[in-house]
Amino acid sequence: MVIVDDREKTYVPTPRKGSLARRETLWGLLFLSPWLIGLVVFTALPILASLALSFTNFNIIDPGGLRFVGLDNYIRMWTELVTNQAVGQSLGVTFRFALMSVPLGIGLALGLAILLHQKLLAGKALFRTLFFMPVLIPLVASTIVWQGFLNGSTGWLAQILHAIGLPAPDWFQDPAWALPGLVLLGIWGIGNMMLIFLAGLQSVPTELYEAVKVDGGGPWARFRNVTLPMISPVLFYNILIGIIAVAQYFTQAYTLDPQGNGRPGGSTFFFNLNLYKEGWTYNNMGYASALAWVMLAIVVVAALVLFRTSARWVFYAGGDK
Amino acid sequence: MTGEAVPLPLAASRQGRSKRARGIWSGFSRLGVTLFTASLAMIFLLPLGYMVLTSIKDNSQITALNAPLWPASPQTFTAADGQVFPLYQVPLETGAVQNLALKTPGRIVSVFIDPATGQEIQWKGNWRGLSPVWSGIEPKLDNFTTVLNTLNFPLLLKNTLIVAILGTIGAVVSAVVVAYGFARFRIPGRNGLFLLMIMTIMLPFQVLLIPQYIGFRAIGWTGTWLPLIVPHFFANAYNVFLLRQYFLTLPRELDQAAQVDGASPLQILWSVIVPQSWPAIVAVALFHFFFSWNDFFAPLVYLSGKPELATMTVGLQAFSATYAASGTGYLTQAAALMAIVVPVAIFFVAQRAFMRGVVISGVEK
Repeated sequence: MVIVDDREKTYVPTPRKGSLARRETLWGLLFLSPWLIGLVVFTALPILASLALSFTNFNIIDPGGLRFVGLDNYIRMWTELVTNQAVGQSLGVTFRFALMSVPLGIGLALGLAILLHQKLLAGKALFRTLFFMPVLIPLVASTIVWQGFLNGSTGWLAQILHAIGLPAPDWFQDPAWALPGLVLLGIWGIGNMMLIFLAGLQSVPTELYEAVKVDGGGPWARFRNVTLPMISPVLFYNILIGIIAVAQYFTQAYTLDPQGNGRPGGSTFFFNLNLYKEGWTYNNMGYASALAWVMLAIVVVAALVLFRTSARWVFYAGGDK
Repeated sequence: MTGEAVPLPLAASRQGRSKRARGIWSGFSRLGVTLFTASLAMIFLLPLGYMVLTSIKDNSQITALNAPLWPASPQTFTAADGQVFPLYQVPLETGAVQNLALKTPGRIVSVFIDPATGQEIQWKGNWRGLSPVWSGIEPKLDNFTTVLNTLNFPLLLKNTLIVAILGTIGAVVSAVVVAYGFARFRIPGRNGLFLLMIMTIMLPFQVLLIPQYIGFRAIGWTGTWLPLIVPHFFANAYNVFLLRQYFLTLPRELDQAAQVDGASPLQILWSVIVPQSWPAIVAVALFHFFFSWNDFFAPLVYLSGKPELATMTVGLQAFSATYAASGTGYLTQAAALMAIVVPVAIFFVAQRAFMRGVVISGVEK
């Protein structure tokens, strides 16, 4: 109580206002309390606990055997990384996937948004709904649909390619094509990014385009000098969300191979498949926590790099953000 | 100034013509752009077409070469003695193609029956290269009955709805309350807290999952729905962000008027803020409902070994693991179709509110 009184004196001068402000703060904290409790119980404590667990051999079947193992888990990960075993392999798959799917997804989402933003296009609302719709399909279901659609003999893509005399890969049976197949599946879910780009495009003031026109600039100049800088904040946001989505990639790979080996031939052995296997198949929750922390570190580093470089290419029109 | 104000007659007429030409031109480009977009949308949604059509086919058609796109059955011929033979499209030496019933298949010579005359015909060539005769449109609707029974669809639907609806109530109530706190109350360090909340969006779920799992196991909640419902009563950052942005656009005068009338903050929230915020509240409810319907990792680990509690995605994945491998892909497609009907239908009814919500929570950061 005394501490609260001290604060009041520094925040608000008159005593009458002070009690009002205190009431407001108390009410506010009361309203925030669900989130504050959740933050502690479901976020802060688990993060710290998983960090602590990552230095142990904790096995959920044998909790009594809990021992502090120092950096053993991290050393094992490092060994697996340099010898290209589970950790090295799964990080490779995840990075390769990110390098394909994030730029491609963002490029296509932006292209679609520009197309749906065309003044000449009729039925905008309908097209927006149609291109967004696959986002709503549960990932397990969309993976099943694409497994069938991309099947090398009975799938429609193969049949179309054969009909026009082209060879068709057997996507999810072929180690070289399984990851590109998942990239295609990912493109089905670009509706979110597309909507966000679309909103960004709609907020570009048309006078800016007029100005480029007056200066004699063509469509490319309009895109390069007006659209791109004006939508750079949403581009930044979409890249960030794209990276986080890859870091959490699991359901599609697990649906392809419920054994968790990343069939075919480990080509879809994502980082989280390895984590799931260690944590829930082998019950090595200490080691799985170490894996989770490495993924957290990778995401934090990627986000920091993105934020650092953003000063150079993200343009905030208001200048107030 | 004068040059612009008094154009030459010739220039005026040319301008008029080019305006008309431009009108026609823009009509054409309008058609072109729209047709282009429509064909893109068709390609984009082609996998859905595959799912729908495959779900009403059967195995004989899926594995056959040159089968029609529509669901059909291979035709048969019933001979006078009651024996049934499959019909094939057989190219004859004369160059004509006739529909004949296969009596004795052979690798070099096969015996066919002409259904019109009942006469036997010797045919040279490998019968396996022949295409069967297909019927007209014959959807195999029993696929859905099969799935309904083997997947125990009603149970999955019930479980998923319970988890999704209870979670949605928690997500909406908690997000409304917390967003109200962030939007209307001066709390020391509020901006820092808000930033902290936004940062939690970036956390990969894995880093929280293992300790949460251990904790829920310790209090005996694994193997129940509680871990899939209770955490959502503690406000999700996305939802709070969306609602707070919306609340900030509401005029404060109404709050203040209610306050002067002696309403408590809770009464103001309930009778002033909430009635004005239905679009955003509906968006949040839809977000959570779809999230819950799609959620896979949490039900997978928390409900493992409890098939009677399984949710739709977990049941569907287990079904696919069993049936896709055994070559009955059409049943898996039928199951997938049944699993997406509810979210897709809800989306089409409420897509406006939903997509506006996506935009608000994505753009205004």
